[in-house]
Amino acid sequence: MSEKPKLAVFKFASCDGCQLSLLDCEDELLAVADAVEIAYFLEARTEQIAGPYDIGLIEGSVTTAHDAERIKEIRQQCKFLVTIGACATSGGIQALKNWQDADEFVRSVYATPEYISTLGTSTAIADHVPVDFELRGCPINRQQLLELIASLLQGRRPSTPSYSVCIECKRRMTVCIAVARGVACLGPVTQAGCDALCPAFARECFGCFGPKETPNVISLTNHYQKQGVDCAHLTRLTRSFNANSPEFKEASDLLSGEQPSADTGDH
Amino acid sequence: MNLAKLPIGSFVRIQKCDLQSLVADLKQVHDRVVGPREIDAAIVYDDLDHVDQLPIGVTDHQDGGVYRLTHQSSDSHFDYVVGPQSLKGFLFPPRETVSESVRTDGKWEIQATETPVMRIAVLGPRACDLRALAIQDKVFLEGPYVDPGYQRRRDALFIVAVNCRRSVATCFCHAMDCGPAVTSHFDLALTEMDDHFAVEIGTPAGGLAIEATSWVPMSEVEVAHAKQVPAALEESMQGGTSARQMETGGIRELLMDNLEHPRWQEVAERCLSCGNCTMVCPTCFCSSVDEVTDLSGDHVRRERSWASCFTAEHSYMHSGNVRKTTRSKYRQWLTHKLATWQDQFDSSGCTGCGRCITWCPVGIDLTEEVAAIRGE
Repeated sequence: MSEKPKLAVFKFASCDGCQLSLLDCEDELLAVADAVEIAYFLEARTEQIAGPYDIGLIEGSVTTAHDAERIKEIRQQCKFLVTIGACATSGGIQALKNWQDADEFVRSVYATPEYISTLGTSTAIADHVPVDFELRGCPINRQQLLELIASLLQGRRPSTPSYSVCIECKRRMTVCIAVARGVACLGPVTQAGCDALCPAFARECFGCFGPKETPNVISLTNHYQKQGVDCAHLTRLTRSFNANSPEFKEASDLLSGEQPSADTGDH
Repeated sequence: MNLAKLPIGSFVRIQKCDLQSLVADLKQVHDRVVGPREIDAAIVYDDLDHVDQLPIGVTDHQDGGVYRLTHQSSDSHFDYVVGPQSLKGFLFPPRETVSESVRTDGKWEIQATETPVMRIAVLGPRACDLRALAIQDKVFLEGPYVDPGYQRRRDALFIVAVNCRRSVATCFCHAMDCGPAVTSHFDLALTEMDDHFAVEIGTPAGGLAIEATSWVPMSEVEVAHAKQVPAALEESMQGGTSARQMETGGIRELLMDNLEHPRWQEVAERCLSCGNCTMVCPTCFCSSVDEVTDLSGDHVRRERSWASCFTAEHSYMHSGNVRKTTRSKYRQWLTHKLATWQDQFDSSGCTGCGRCITWCPVGIDLTEEVAAIRGE
C-alpha cells in the first residue's frame, strides 16, 4: 500500500465541471499526482483502489434516495470530506426543482417516466452528512483546490476567503458596476474566490460562490428594488446556482412571495 | 534655466493648449504619466499619452450608492470630482509580494522582493486626496517603522494637483477642513480658468517642469482671481445642497460617549459588511499578510493585500472573532475614522472625499449616521 495520502473523487448530481478542475490543473497535475495517490477518480483513472481515503472530494447534490444512502457510506470511507462546487455545497442549479412539482417535470420530459426515480428536492451534501470543508463556485477555482490539497498535506488550515467579491473587485481596481451602471450585482453578498471575474468584464456577479460570511441579502435586494430593479429580475438573480443556500433562499422567497414546496418524498 | 524665476508659491499662466507640452515633458522624465480617464463608466486614473484623452466636457453626478457621468459640449478639462480611485493604489498597492522563501535540504532562505519603482507623475488629484496623502505619509513613513516600499514609491511620485471648481452632493471636504482649495503636498497645482490654467508652483521640481513649457507670469489681480475659484466653491458648499454637511465639533466625545446608541444597530440592518467603504477610502491602510505555498511546501510567497475591518478574518484573534456582528464592525470603522484616529495620528481619518457614500452599494452615508447620533 502506498504511503501517500489517498484522494478520492465522488460524483453526485452535477455537470462534472468541478472534478474537471482537478484535471485542468495541467502544470500542477503531476505535482498533485506525486503528492497524493489518486485512488478513486472515475473520470481520470480506470483502476479503483478501495477505501478508506484520506481526502474525499464530493461533487454534486443529492437528488435520489440511492444517493442519500451512498453519501453516508462515502462519509464513513473518508477521513476529510470536502464538497466541491455549488451543487455539493448548496444543491446547485437543479435545486430550482425544490420550488416546483418534480413529478410534472418527469412526466413532461421523459418518454418513459416510470424509469425515473428521483426525490422532489436537490439538497446539499451537508444536509445528509457532516462536511469538513467547502470549496465554493460554479465551477470551483482550481487555485483554491490546489491550496486545499497543499494545506491538507502540510497540516494547516486552507486559506480561502469568506469575505465579499467586492474586496477582490476593488483590489483589481474594477469600477463597481452596481454603483456606476445601476446594474443589480450580487457581489456585495457573495463569497470571494473567483477574483471578481464577471464584474471585470462588466457583467454582474450572479452569486456562483454562494453567500459570503454575514451576508445581508435582503438589505441589498431592498436597495435594488428602490433603484427600480424589478422583483422578478431579483428573484431570478438570487435563485440560480445557489438558490437553495439559506440566505439566498430567504431573499428570493421574500421577493417572490412564495415558499418552496414542502414535498420531499420519493417519486 | 533660471529657477529663481519661479519660486515656490508663485503663479504662472499657461494656455489650455500648452497643457499637452507639460504632459509631454513629464513623460520624458517619468516612467508613467497618469491622469483622469473615462473608462468603464467612471473617471479613473490611467496612462495619459495626450491631453485629448482627458474627460473633457464630462461632469459627474454622485449620491449614496450612485455614480453617473454626463457629457456636455464644453472645453472644461476637470469639471468632475473624485472617482473611485485615490492616490492610495499608487503608493500602497492592492496586492504585493513582499518576500519569497525557498527551502533546500531543510534549510530556509528568505529573500525580500524588490519590485522596481516606477517614477509616476499624476495629473488630477484634488485637495481631499492630497490631505489623504499627508495622512497616509504619516501612517507609513513616520514613527519607528517605515514602510520601505511606500517610501520608495512616494519619493518617485510627482503631483500635478487640480483645484475643484464644482462639487457633487457627496463632497464635504469643507466640513473636514481639507479643501476644496489645494494648499500643500503638490509639485504643481492647476486652476482651470475660462481660457487658460493658473499654475501654482509647489516644489523646485514643479518649477523645473513648468519652465519647460510656455508660461507667462500672473499679476496679483490675476492670482487673486484664480484663488477665488476654490474660495467661491467653498462658500457654496457651506451654504447648502451642493455638498454634504458634517458638524465635527466634539465629534470624538460624541461618538465615544455613544457606543451603545441604538443607531449602530439600525445602520447594521442596512450595512452589507462588504468592505467597499474601506477599499475606496483614501486613508484606510489595513492590509492582510498571507503565506502562499506550493504543494511541496518548499516555496512560499508572502503576499500583502488590502484588507478591511468589515471582514471576519480581520477581527480573528487566537481565541476567535472579537467583532462578530455588523453593528460592532461598522461602529469600529466609524469611531476609528472620526474619533480614535485623532488619538493615534493627531487628525481625523476622514478628508470629506465622499467616496464611502458614493461607492457603498446601498448608499450608507456617514454624515447622516453622525447626525443621527448627534440627535439631529
